[in-house]
Amino acid sequence: MAEAALLRVENLQSWYGESHILHGVNFEVGKGEVVTLLGRNGAGKTTTLKSIQGMVARRTGSVVFEGQELIRQTSNAIARAGIALCPEERGIFASLNVRENLMLPPPVRPGGLGLAEIFELFPNLQERLSSQGTKLSGGEQQMLAIARILRTGAPLLMLDEPTEGLAPVIIEQIGMTIAKLKAKGFTILLVEQNFLFASKIADRYYVMEDGRIIDAFTAQSLKANMEKLHDYLGV
Amino acid sequence: MFQFMHYPPQLWFGQLSLGLINGSFYALLSLGLAVIFGMLNIVNFAHGAVYMLGAFCAWFLLNGFDIPYPVLVHGHLALASAHLPSHLNMWWALFLSPLFVGIFGMILQRTMLRRLDGLEPIYGLLLTFGLAAIIQGLLQNAYGSSGEPYDIPGVLSGGHNLGFMFLPNYRIFVVVASSIVCFGTWFAIERTRFGATLRAATENPKLVQAFGINVPLMITLTYGLGVAIAAFAGVLAAPIYQVNPTMGADLIVVVFAVVVIGGMGSILGSIISGYMLGLIEGVTKVIYPQASGVIVFVIMAVVLLMRPSGLFGRAS
Repeated sequence: MAEAALLRVENLQSWYGESHILHGVNFEVGKGEVVTLLGRNGAGKTTTLKSIQGMVARRTGSVVFEGQELIRQTSNAIARAGIALCPEERGIFASLNVRENLMLPPPVRPGGLGLAEIFELFPNLQERLSSQGTKLSGGEQQMLAIARILRTGAPLLMLDEPTEGLAPVIIEQIGMTIAKLKAKGFTILLVEQNFLFASKIADRYYVMEDGRIIDAFTAQSLKANMEKLHDYLGV
Repeated sequence: MFQFMHYPPQLWFGQLSLGLINGSFYALLSLGLAVIFGMLNIVNFAHGAVYMLGAFCAWFLLNGFDIPYPVLVHGHLALASAHLPSHLNMWWALFLSPLFVGIFGMILQRTMLRRLDGLEPIYGLLLTFGLAAIIQGLLQNAYGSSGEPYDIPGVLSGGHNLGFMFLPNYRIFVVVASSIVCFGTWFAIERTRFGATLRAATENPKLVQAFGINVPLMITLTYGLGVAIAAFAGVLAAPIYQVNPTMGADLIVVVFAVVVIGGMGSILGSIISGYMLGLIEGVTKVIYPQASGVIVFVIMAVVLLMRPSGLFGRAS
Protein backbone atom coordinates (compact mmCIF):
# COMPACT_ATOMS: atom_id res chain seq x y z
CA MET A 1 0.00 0.00 0.00
CA ALA A 2 2.71 2.47 1.00
CA GLU A 3 4.10 3.00 -2.49
CA ALA A 4 0.80 2.76 -4.33
CA ALA A 5 -1.16 5.24 -2.19
CA LEU A 6 -3.98 6.77 -4.23
CA LEU A 7 -4.23 9.73 -1.88
CA ARG A 8 -1.41 11.00 0.30
CA VAL A 9 -2.02 13.85 2.72
CA GLU A 10 1.04 15.39 4.35
CA ASN A 11 1.20 18.12 6.97
CA LEU A 12 -2.18 19.45 5.85
CA GLN A 13 -3.10 22.64 7.68
CA SER A 14 -6.17 24.75 7.09
CA TRP A 15 -7.97 27.80 8.33
CA TYR A 16 -11.51 29.18 8.42
CA GLY A 17 -10.92 32.91 8.55
CA GLU A 18 -8.70 33.43 11.60
CA SER A 19 -9.31 30.03 13.17
CA HIS A 20 -6.64 27.46 12.56
CA ILE A 21 -8.50 24.14 12.29
CA LEU A 22 -6.08 21.52 10.95
CA HIS A 23 -2.61 21.48 12.47
CA GLY A 24 -0.73 19.14 10.18
CA VAL A 25 -2.73 16.09 9.14
CA ASN A 26 -0.86 13.08 7.74
CA PHE A 27 -2.44 9.95 6.31
CA GLU A 28 -2.85 7.98 3.14
CA VAL A 29 -5.48 5.95 1.37
CA GLY A 30 -4.60 3.05 -0.90
CA LYS A 31 -6.41 2.26 -4.12
CA GLY A 32 -9.59 0.29 -3.47
CA GLU A 33 -9.50 0.78 0.30
CA VAL A 34 -12.27 1.95 2.59
CA VAL A 35 -10.63 4.21 5.17
CA THR A 36 -12.53 5.81 8.03
CA LEU A 37 -11.65 8.95 9.95
CA LEU A 38 -12.85 8.68 13.55
CA GLY A 39 -12.84 11.30 16.26
CA ARG A 40 -15.00 13.40 18.49
CA ASN A 41 -17.05 16.34 17.31
CA GLY A 42 -14.79 19.21 16.35
CA ALA A 43 -11.71 17.01 15.86
CA GLY A 44 -11.38 18.24 12.27
CA LYS A 45 -12.76 15.28 10.29
CA THR A 46 -15.15 17.25 8.10
CA THR A 47 -12.56 19.98 7.67
CA THR A 48 -10.08 17.35 6.50
CA LEU A 49 -12.45 16.27 3.73
CA LYS A 50 -13.23 19.87 2.78
CA SER A 51 -9.54 20.71 2.76
CA ILE A 52 -8.75 17.80 0.46
CA GLN A 53 -11.53 18.98 -1.84
CA GLY A 54 -10.19 22.55 -1.74
CA MET A 55 -13.26 24.05 -0.08
CA VAL A 56 -11.54 25.94 2.75
CA ALA A 57 -10.33 29.52 2.62
CA ARG A 58 -6.67 28.68 3.17
CA ARG A 59 -4.70 25.45 3.30
CA THR A 60 -1.07 24.45 3.25
CA GLY A 61 0.87 21.19 3.18
CA SER A 62 0.48 18.56 0.53
CA VAL A 63 -2.41 16.60 -0.99
CA VAL A 64 -1.15 14.19 -3.63
CA PHE A 65 -3.74 12.25 -5.62
CA GLU A 66 -2.58 9.71 -8.23
CA GLY A 67 0.84 11.33 -8.05
CA GLN A 68 -0.51 14.81 -8.75
CA GLU A 69 -0.06 17.62 -6.20
CA LEU A 70 -3.43 19.33 -5.61
CA ILE A 71 -2.69 21.78 -2.81
CA ARG A 72 -2.66 24.81 -5.09
CA GLN A 73 -5.65 23.73 -7.19
CA THR A 74 -9.16 25.16 -7.01
CA SER A 75 -11.99 22.89 -5.88
CA ASN A 76 -13.34 22.50 -9.43
CA ALA A 77 -9.91 21.35 -10.65
CA ILE A 78 -9.69 18.90 -7.74
CA ALA A 79 -13.09 17.46 -8.69
CA ARG A 80 -11.90 17.11 -12.28
CA ALA A 81 -8.81 15.30 -11.01
CA GLY A 82 -11.12 12.57 -9.70
CA ILE A 83 -12.11 13.33 -6.09
CA ALA A 84 -15.80 13.64 -5.20
CA LEU A 85 -17.39 14.69 -1.92
CA CYS A 86 -20.73 13.78 -0.43
CA PRO A 87 -21.04 16.53 2.19
CA GLU A 88 -22.32 16.10 5.72
CA GLU A 89 -25.27 18.43 5.14
CA ARG A 90 -25.97 16.41 1.95
CA GLY A 91 -26.22 19.54 -0.16
CA ILE A 92 -29.39 18.68 -2.05
CA PHE A 93 -30.51 21.69 -4.06
CA ALA A 94 -34.03 22.93 -3.32
CA SER A 95 -34.43 24.68 -6.68
CA LEU A 96 -33.57 21.50 -8.59
CA ASN A 97 -35.67 18.39 -8.97
CA VAL A 98 -34.25 14.94 -8.23
CA ARG A 99 -33.17 14.34 -11.82
CA GLU A 100 -31.44 17.72 -12.03
CA ASN A 101 -29.72 17.11 -8.69
CA LEU A 102 -28.57 13.73 -9.92
CA MET A 103 -27.26 15.08 -13.23
CA LEU A 104 -25.60 18.16 -11.76
CA PRO A 105 -21.98 17.03 -11.26
CA PRO A 106 -20.32 16.68 -14.64
CA PRO A 107 -18.60 13.36 -15.44
CA VAL A 108 -14.87 13.70 -14.77
CA ARG A 109 -13.69 10.45 -16.31
CA PRO A 110 -15.17 7.34 -17.90
CA GLY A 111 -16.18 4.49 -15.65
CA GLY A 112 -18.92 6.22 -13.68
CA LEU A 113 -22.10 4.35 -12.90
CA GLY A 114 -24.87 4.58 -15.47
CA LEU A 115 -28.37 5.61 -14.47
CA ALA A 116 -29.56 2.00 -14.67
CA GLU A 117 -26.90 0.91 -12.16
CA ILE A 118 -27.72 3.84 -9.90
CA PHE A 119 -31.42 2.99 -9.89
CA GLU A 120 -30.52 -0.61 -9.12
CA LEU A 121 -28.68 0.61 -6.00
CA PHE A 122 -31.33 3.20 -5.08
CA PRO A 123 -34.71 2.17 -6.52
CA ASN A 124 -36.49 4.92 -4.54
CA LEU A 125 -34.81 7.63 -6.56
CA GLN A 126 -36.21 6.42 -9.86
CA GLU A 127 -39.77 6.88 -8.64
CA ARG A 128 -39.13 10.42 -7.45
CA LEU A 129 -37.17 11.88 -10.37
CA SER A 130 -39.41 14.89 -10.89
CA SER A 131 -39.90 15.71 -7.19
CA GLN A 132 -38.19 18.74 -5.73
CA GLY A 133 -34.86 17.60 -4.29
CA THR A 134 -35.53 18.74 -0.76
CA LYS A 135 -38.99 17.09 -0.68
CA LEU A 136 -37.32 13.70 -0.35
CA SER A 137 -37.03 11.99 3.02
CA GLY A 138 -33.71 12.26 4.85
CA GLY A 139 -32.70 8.77 3.74
CA GLU A 140 -33.62 9.43 0.12
CA GLN A 141 -31.69 12.70 0.19
CA GLN A 142 -28.66 10.84 1.47
CA MET A 143 -29.00 8.29 -1.33
CA LEU A 144 -29.32 11.08 -3.86
CA ALA A 145 -26.22 12.77 -2.45
CA ILE A 146 -24.25 9.55 -2.84
CA ALA A 147 -25.79 8.61 -6.19
CA ARG A 148 -24.94 11.94 -7.71
CA ILE A 149 -21.19 11.51 -7.22
CA LEU A 150 -21.22 7.92 -8.51
CA ARG A 151 -22.15 9.12 -11.97
CA THR A 152 -19.00 11.21 -12.32
CA GLY A 153 -16.52 8.35 -12.48
CA ALA A 154 -14.38 9.90 -9.74
CA PRO A 155 -12.33 7.00 -8.30
CA LEU A 156 -12.08 8.53 -4.80
CA LEU A 157 -15.36 9.11 -2.97
CA MET A 158 -15.35 11.05 0.29
CA LEU A 159 -18.49 10.43 2.34
CA ASP A 160 -19.08 12.67 5.33
CA GLU A 161 -21.29 10.96 7.92
CA PRO A 162 -23.62 9.25 5.48
CA THR A 163 -25.64 7.57 8.25
CA GLU A 164 -26.27 10.63 10.39
CA GLY A 165 -29.87 10.87 11.52
CA LEU A 166 -31.09 7.89 9.49
CA ALA A 167 -33.20 4.89 10.43
CA PRO A 168 -31.38 1.55 10.95
CA VAL A 169 -32.89 -0.05 7.86
CA ILE A 170 -31.59 2.80 5.70
CA ILE A 171 -28.19 2.71 7.39
CA GLU A 172 -28.04 -0.95 6.43
CA GLN A 173 -28.87 -0.10 2.82
CA ILE A 174 -26.13 2.52 2.73
CA GLY A 175 -23.68 0.03 4.24
CA MET A 176 -24.50 -2.45 1.49
CA THR A 177 -24.07 0.26 -1.10
CA ILE A 178 -20.61 1.12 0.19
CA ALA A 179 -19.65 -2.56 0.10
CA LYS A 180 -20.84 -2.78 -3.51
CA LEU A 181 -18.93 0.35 -4.43
CA LYS A 182 -15.81 -1.10 -2.89
CA ALA A 183 -16.31 -4.30 -4.89
CA LYS A 184 -16.55 -2.15 -8.03
CA GLY A 185 -13.11 -0.74 -7.27
CA PHE A 186 -14.02 2.66 -5.83
CA THR A 187 -11.80 4.01 -3.08
CA ILE A 188 -13.71 5.45 -0.16
CA LEU A 189 -12.69 7.89 2.53
CA LEU A 190 -15.37 7.89 5.18
CA VAL A 191 -16.04 10.17 8.13
CA GLU A 192 -18.31 8.44 10.59
CA GLN A 193 -19.54 8.90 14.15
CA ASN A 194 -21.37 5.59 14.00
CA PHE A 195 -18.48 3.36 14.89
CA LEU A 196 -20.53 0.19 14.68
CA PHE A 197 -21.43 1.05 11.09
CA ALA A 198 -17.84 1.91 10.19
CA SER A 199 -16.50 -1.28 11.74
CA LYS A 200 -18.47 -3.39 9.27
CA ILE A 201 -17.04 -1.84 6.14
CA ALA A 202 -13.70 -0.14 6.82
CA ASP A 203 -10.28 -1.60 6.06
CA ARG A 204 -8.40 0.91 8.17
CA TYR A 205 -9.07 3.69 10.65
CA TYR A 206 -7.42 6.94 11.56
CA VAL A 207 -8.27 8.70 14.80
CA MET A 208 -8.32 12.50 14.82
CA GLU A 209 -8.07 14.92 17.71
CA ASP A 210 -7.55 18.70 17.71
CA GLY A 211 -6.84 18.86 14.00
CA ARG A 212 -4.28 16.05 13.92
CA ILE A 213 -4.19 12.32 13.30
CA ILE A 214 -3.29 10.77 16.63
CA ASP A 215 -3.54 7.05 15.90
CA ALA A 216 -4.22 4.46 13.22
CA PHE A 217 -5.60 0.91 13.22
CA THR A 218 -6.29 -1.77 10.71
CA ALA A 219 -9.56 -3.68 10.79
CA GLN A 220 -7.63 -6.73 12.05
CA SER A 221 -6.09 -4.91 15.00
CA LEU A 222 -9.35 -3.27 15.95
CA LYS A 223 -10.39 -5.76 18.64
CA ALA A 224 -7.04 -5.52 20.42
CA ASN A 225 -7.29 -1.74 20.52
CA MET A 226 -10.91 -1.39 21.55
CA GLU A 227 -10.12 0.10 24.94
CA LYS A 228 -7.83 2.77 23.51
CA LEU A 229 -10.47 3.63 20.94
CA HIS A 230 -13.14 4.05 23.60
CA ASP A 231 -10.79 6.45 25.31
CA TYR A 232 -10.23 8.48 22.14
CA LEU A 233 -13.87 8.70 21.20
CA GLY A 234 -15.19 9.07 24.73
CA VAL A 235 -17.91 6.48 24.19
CA MET B 1 -70.72 47.68 -17.86
CA PHE B 2 -67.56 49.42 -16.77
CA GLN B 3 -67.57 52.44 -14.51
CA PHE B 4 -64.82 53.91 -16.65
CA MET B 5 -66.49 53.23 -19.99
CA HIS B 6 -66.97 56.93 -20.63
CA TYR B 7 -63.33 57.07 -21.69
CA PRO B 8 -63.03 56.58 -25.44
CA PRO B 9 -61.69 53.16 -26.53
CA GLN B 10 -58.90 54.83 -28.50
CA LEU B 11 -57.55 56.15 -25.22
CA TRP B 12 -57.84 52.73 -23.59
CA PHE B 13 -56.11 50.82 -26.32
CA GLY B 14 -53.52 53.52 -26.90
CA GLN B 15 -52.50 53.56 -23.24
CA LEU B 16 -52.68 49.80 -22.86
CA SER B 17 -50.44 49.23 -25.85
CA LEU B 18 -48.01 51.84 -24.50
CA GLY B 19 -48.27 50.14 -21.12
CA LEU B 20 -47.37 46.85 -22.74
CA ILE B 21 -44.34 48.52 -24.37
CA ASN B 22 -43.19 49.95 -21.05
CA GLY B 23 -43.92 46.60 -19.47
CA SER B 24 -41.66 44.95 -22.04
CA PHE B 25 -38.77 47.15 -20.95
CA TYR B 26 -39.55 46.62 -17.26
CA ALA B 27 -39.64 42.87 -17.82
CA LEU B 28 -36.36 42.74 -19.76
CA LEU B 29 -34.54 44.93 -17.27
CA SER B 30 -35.89 43.36 -14.10
CA LEU B 31 -35.20 39.92 -15.56
CA GLY B 32 -31.51 40.81 -15.98
CA LEU B 33 -31.42 42.28 -12.48
CA ALA B 34 -32.99 39.12 -11.06
CA VAL B 35 -30.48 36.87 -12.80
CA ILE B 36 -27.57 39.00 -11.59
CA PHE B 37 -28.87 39.34 -8.05
CA GLY B 38 -29.47 35.60 -7.75
CA MET B 39 -25.99 34.64 -8.85
CA LEU B 40 -23.77 37.52 -7.75
CA ASN B 41 -25.77 38.80 -4.80
CA ILE B 42 -25.23 42.24 -6.27
CA VAL B 43 -27.94 44.85 -6.77
CA ASN B 44 -26.75 46.04 -10.14
CA PHE B 45 -27.38 49.75 -10.09
CA ALA B 46 -25.43 50.04 -13.36
CA HIS B 47 -28.33 48.28 -15.09
CA GLY B 48 -29.87 51.51 -16.33
CA ALA B 49 -26.49 52.66 -17.63
CA VAL B 50 -25.90 49.46 -19.60
CA TYR B 51 -29.42 49.71 -21.03
CA MET B 52 -28.49 53.22 -22.18
CA LEU B 53 -25.15 51.94 -23.49
CA GLY B 54 -27.07 49.38 -25.53
CA ALA B 55 -29.02 52.19 -27.16
CA PHE B 56 -25.87 54.24 -27.77
CA CYS B 57 -24.11 51.23 -29.19
CA ALA B 58 -26.96 50.82 -31.68
CA TRP B 59 -26.69 54.50 -32.55
CA PHE B 60 -22.91 54.19 -33.11
CA LEU B 61 -23.44 51.13 -35.28
CA LEU B 62 -25.82 53.13 -37.46
CA ASN B 63 -24.05 56.49 -37.54
CA GLY B 64 -20.40 55.69 -36.96
CA PHE B 65 -18.24 56.40 -33.96
CA ASP B 66 -15.89 59.33 -33.33
CA ILE B 67 -12.72 58.08 -31.69
CA PRO B 68 -11.08 60.86 -29.68
CA TYR B 69 -7.30 61.04 -29.59
CA PRO B 70 -4.85 63.63 -28.22
CA VAL B 71 -2.88 65.85 -30.65
CA LEU B 72 -0.39 68.69 -30.31
CA VAL B 73 -1.64 71.95 -31.80
CA HIS B 74 1.04 74.69 -31.70
CA GLY B 75 2.64 72.94 -28.76
CA HIS B 76 -0.65 72.50 -26.84
CA LEU B 77 -2.37 69.26 -26.15
CA ALA B 78 -5.83 69.05 -27.70
CA LEU B 79 -8.39 66.41 -28.56
CA ALA B 80 -9.07 65.51 -32.13
CA SER B 81 -11.28 62.73 -33.33
CA ALA B 82 -11.25 60.25 -36.14
CA HIS B 83 -14.54 59.12 -37.57
CA LEU B 84 -14.98 55.41 -37.75
CA PRO B 85 -17.80 54.97 -40.24
CA SER B 86 -20.50 52.37 -39.74
CA HIS B 87 -23.91 51.86 -41.32
CA LEU B 88 -25.26 48.82 -39.57
CA ASN B 89 -28.99 49.08 -38.96
CA MET B 90 -31.14 47.85 -36.12
CA TRP B 91 -31.12 44.18 -37.16
CA TRP B 92 -27.36 44.18 -36.65
CA ALA B 93 -27.64 46.25 -33.50
CA LEU B 94 -30.03 43.77 -31.90
CA PHE B 95 -27.19 41.21 -31.97
CA LEU B 96 -24.02 43.29 -31.85
CA SER B 97 -25.04 45.76 -29.17
CA PRO B 98 -25.85 43.12 -26.52
CA LEU B 99 -22.65 41.33 -27.51
CA PHE B 100 -20.41 44.39 -27.11
CA VAL B 101 -22.11 45.66 -23.98
CA GLY B 102 -22.15 42.12 -22.55
CA ILE B 103 -18.38 41.88 -23.06
CA PHE B 104 -17.98 45.31 -21.45
CA GLY B 105 -20.04 44.04 -18.50
CA MET B 106 -17.91 40.93 -18.15
CA ILE B 107 -14.78 43.09 -18.06
CA LEU B 108 -16.35 45.22 -15.30
CA GLN B 109 -17.23 42.07 -13.37
CA ARG B 110 -13.75 40.56 -13.72
CA THR B 111 -11.86 43.74 -12.88
CA MET B 112 -14.10 45.33 -10.23
CA LEU B 113 -17.24 43.53 -9.06
CA ARG B 114 -15.32 40.34 -8.35
CA ARG B 115 -13.32 42.12 -5.67
CA LEU B 116 -16.52 42.55 -3.66
CA ASP B 117 -16.99 38.79 -3.26
CA GLY B 118 -18.25 37.95 0.18
CA LEU B 119 -19.00 41.54 1.16
CA GLU B 120 -22.42 42.94 2.01
CA PRO B 121 -24.62 43.64 -1.07
CA ILE B 122 -24.54 47.35 -0.20
CA TYR B 123 -20.94 47.56 -1.49
CA GLY B 124 -21.97 46.17 -4.86
CA LEU B 125 -24.82 48.64 -4.99
CA LEU B 126 -22.47 51.55 -4.26
CA LEU B 127 -19.87 50.43 -6.79
CA THR B 128 -22.40 49.91 -9.57
CA PHE B 129 -24.10 53.19 -8.68
CA GLY B 130 -20.73 54.93 -9.13
CA LEU B 131 -20.07 53.11 -12.38
CA ALA B 132 -23.47 54.16 -13.68
CA ALA B 133 -22.74 57.78 -12.81
CA ILE B 134 -19.39 57.66 -14.61
CA ILE B 135 -20.78 56.02 -17.75
CA GLN B 136 -23.70 58.41 -17.87
CA GLY B 137 -21.48 61.43 -17.19
CA LEU B 138 -19.02 60.55 -19.94
CA LEU B 139 -21.76 60.19 -22.54
CA GLN B 140 -23.51 63.33 -21.35
CA ASN B 141 -20.24 65.18 -21.73
CA ALA B 142 -19.82 63.92 -25.26
CA TYR B 143 -23.41 63.98 -26.55
CA GLY B 144 -25.35 66.34 -24.29
CA SER B 145 -28.74 65.53 -22.83
CA SER B 146 -31.06 66.40 -25.68
CA GLY B 147 -31.04 62.93 -27.19
CA GLU B 148 -30.32 61.63 -30.67
CA PRO B 149 -33.02 60.23 -32.92
CA TYR B 150 -32.64 56.63 -34.02
CA ASP B 151 -34.26 55.40 -37.21
CA ILE B 152 -35.97 52.05 -37.46
CA PRO B 153 -35.69 49.75 -40.45
CA GLY B 154 -38.35 50.36 -43.11
CA VAL B 155 -40.22 47.12 -42.48
CA LEU B 156 -40.97 48.14 -38.93
CA SER B 157 -42.28 51.60 -39.73
CA GLY B 158 -45.92 52.26 -40.48
CA GLY B 159 -48.71 50.45 -38.75
CA HIS B 160 -52.15 48.93 -38.88
CA ASN B 161 -55.44 50.67 -38.52
CA LEU B 162 -57.48 48.28 -36.42
CA GLY B 163 -60.60 50.39 -36.63
CA PHE B 164 -60.67 51.25 -32.96
CA MET B 165 -57.02 52.36 -32.92
CA PHE B 166 -53.89 52.83 -35.00
CA LEU B 167 -51.29 50.27 -33.95
CA PRO B 168 -47.72 51.08 -35.02
CA ASN B 169 -45.83 48.02 -36.31
CA TYR B 170 -42.86 48.87 -34.17
CA ARG B 171 -44.87 48.45 -30.97
CA ILE B 172 -45.90 44.96 -32.04
CA PHE B 173 -42.28 44.20 -32.80
CA VAL B 174 -41.09 45.39 -29.37
CA VAL B 175 -43.66 43.29 -27.53
CA VAL B 176 -42.92 40.18 -29.60
CA ALA B 177 -39.13 40.56 -29.39
CA SER B 178 -39.14 41.17 -25.65
CA SER B 179 -41.50 38.23 -25.02
CA ILE B 180 -39.19 35.96 -27.01
CA VAL B 181 -36.14 37.06 -25.03
CA CYS B 182 -37.99 36.79 -21.71
CA PHE B 183 -39.35 33.35 -22.53
CA GLY B 184 -35.99 32.21 -23.88
CA THR B 185 -34.19 33.32 -20.73
CA TRP B 186 -36.81 31.74 -18.50
CA PHE B 187 -36.59 28.50 -20.47
CA ALA B 188 -32.79 28.48 -20.39
CA ILE B 189 -32.72 28.93 -16.63
CA GLU B 190 -35.65 26.75 -15.57
CA ARG B 191 -35.59 23.95 -18.13
CA THR B 192 -32.04 23.27 -19.31
CA ARG B 193 -28.97 21.58 -17.92
CA PHE B 194 -27.07 24.86 -17.94
CA GLY B 195 -29.92 26.52 -16.08
CA ALA B 196 -29.98 23.77 -13.44
CA THR B 197 -26.28 24.35 -12.82
CA LEU B 198 -26.92 28.07 -12.58
CA ARG B 199 -29.76 27.60 -10.08
CA ALA B 200 -27.61 25.25 -8.03
CA ALA B 201 -24.71 27.70 -8.08
CA THR B 202 -27.09 30.41 -6.88
CA GLU B 203 -27.98 28.22 -3.89
CA ASN B 204 -24.58 26.86 -2.95
CA PRO B 205 -21.71 28.07 -5.17
CA LYS B 206 -19.05 26.35 -3.06
CA LEU B 207 -20.51 22.89 -3.45
CA VAL B 208 -21.22 23.34 -7.16
CA GLN B 209 -17.61 24.34 -7.69
CA ALA B 210 -16.48 21.31 -5.70
CA PHE B 211 -18.37 19.17 -8.23
CA GLY B 212 -15.97 20.36 -10.92
CA ILE B 213 -17.81 23.37 -12.33
CA ASN B 214 -15.95 26.60 -12.93
CA VAL B 215 -18.26 28.78 -10.85
CA PRO B 216 -16.25 32.02 -11.15
CA LEU B 217 -16.49 31.74 -14.94
CA MET B 218 -20.19 31.06 -14.63
CA ILE B 219 -20.65 34.17 -12.51
CA THR B 220 -18.90 36.28 -15.14
CA LEU B 221 -21.05 34.82 -17.92
CA THR B 222 -24.19 35.39 -15.86
CA TYR B 223 -23.34 39.02 -15.35
CA GLY B 224 -22.60 39.29 -19.06
CA LEU B 225 -25.98 37.72 -19.85
CA GLY B 226 -27.92 40.04 -17.54
CA VAL B 227 -26.15 43.08 -18.96
CA ALA B 228 -26.65 41.87 -22.54
CA ILE B 229 -30.42 41.59 -21.97
CA ALA B 230 -30.42 45.19 -20.71
CA ALA B 231 -28.50 46.29 -23.81
CA PHE B 232 -31.04 44.46 -25.98
CA ALA B 233 -33.80 46.42 -24.24
CA GLY B 234 -31.80 49.59 -24.88
CA VAL B 235 -31.67 48.89 -28.62
CA LEU B 236 -35.44 48.28 -28.68
CA ALA B 237 -36.00 51.50 -26.74
CA ALA B 238 -33.78 53.68 -28.95
CA PRO B 239 -36.41 54.51 -31.63
CA ILE B 240 -39.11 55.13 -29.01
CA TYR B 241 -37.37 57.27 -26.39
CA GLN B 242 -34.44 58.53 -28.51
CA VAL B 243 -30.87 57.78 -27.56
CA ASN B 244 -30.22 59.81 -24.46
CA PRO B 245 -27.57 59.49 -21.72
CA THR B 246 -30.21 59.81 -19.01
CA MET B 247 -32.66 57.27 -20.47
CA GLY B 248 -31.44 54.54 -18.13
CA ALA B 249 -31.42 56.63 -14.98
CA ASP B 250 -35.05 57.62 -15.64
CA LEU B 251 -36.13 54.03 -15.95
CA ILE B 252 -34.04 52.18 -13.40
CA VAL B 253 -35.84 53.39 -10.28
CA VAL B 254 -39.15 52.04 -11.56
CA VAL B 255 -37.44 48.80 -12.57
CA PHE B 256 -36.11 48.34 -9.04
CA ALA B 257 -39.65 48.72 -7.74
CA VAL B 258 -40.72 46.05 -10.25
CA VAL B 259 -38.00 43.71 -9.00
CA VAL B 260 -39.06 44.23 -5.40
CA ILE B 261 -42.71 43.56 -6.31
CA GLY B 262 -41.83 40.40 -8.25
CA GLY B 263 -39.50 39.14 -5.52
CA MET B 264 -35.73 39.62 -5.54
CA GLY B 265 -34.07 36.98 -7.65
CA SER B 266 -37.26 35.41 -9.03
CA ILE B 267 -37.03 35.02 -12.82
CA LEU B 268 -40.70 34.37 -13.49
CA GLY B 269 -41.73 36.97 -10.92
CA SER B 270 -39.72 39.70 -12.58
CA ILE B 271 -41.09 38.91 -16.04
CA ILE B 272 -44.73 38.74 -14.98
CA SER B 273 -44.60 41.77 -12.71
CA GLY B 274 -42.75 43.70 -15.44
CA TYR B 275 -45.57 43.30 -17.98
CA MET B 276 -48.26 43.58 -15.33
CA LEU B 277 -46.99 46.86 -13.92
CA GLY B 278 -46.57 48.32 -17.40
CA LEU B 279 -50.24 47.58 -18.04
CA ILE B 280 -51.32 48.90 -14.64
CA GLU B 281 -49.45 52.12 -15.38
CA GLY B 282 -51.31 52.33 -18.70
CA VAL B 283 -54.67 51.86 -16.96
CA THR B 284 -53.73 54.52 -14.43
CA LYS B 285 -52.90 56.95 -17.23
CA VAL B 286 -56.48 56.61 -18.47
CA ILE B 287 -58.30 56.70 -15.16
CA TYR B 288 -56.21 59.04 -13.08
CA PRO B 289 -53.15 60.28 -15.03
CA GLN B 290 -51.80 62.23 -12.04
CA ALA B 291 -51.07 58.95 -10.24
CA SER B 292 -49.34 57.21 -13.15
CA GLY B 293 -45.90 58.27 -11.93
CA VAL B 294 -46.34 56.82 -8.45
CA ILE B 295 -48.68 53.87 -8.93
CA VAL B 296 -45.78 51.39 -9.17
CA PHE B 297 -44.37 52.63 -5.87
CA VAL B 298 -47.74 52.48 -4.19
CA ILE B 299 -48.07 48.86 -5.31
CA MET B 300 -44.55 48.21 -4.08
CA ALA B 301 -45.41 49.55 -0.64
CA VAL B 302 -48.55 47.41 -0.45
CA VAL B 303 -46.73 44.28 -1.62
CA LEU B 304 -43.92 44.88 0.87
CA LEU B 305 -46.44 45.22 3.68
CA MET B 306 -48.31 42.04 2.76
CA ARG B 307 -45.60 39.84 1.26
CA PRO B 308 -42.16 41.15 2.19
CA SER B 309 -40.41 38.65 -0.09
CA GLY B 310 -42.36 39.83 -3.14
CA LEU B 311 -45.17 38.23 -5.12
CA PHE B 312 -43.02 35.37 -6.43
CA GLY B 313 -40.12 35.47 -3.99
CA ARG B 314 -39.24 32.61 -1.74
CA ALA B 315 -39.44 33.61 1.89
CA SER B 316 -36.00 33.01 3.34
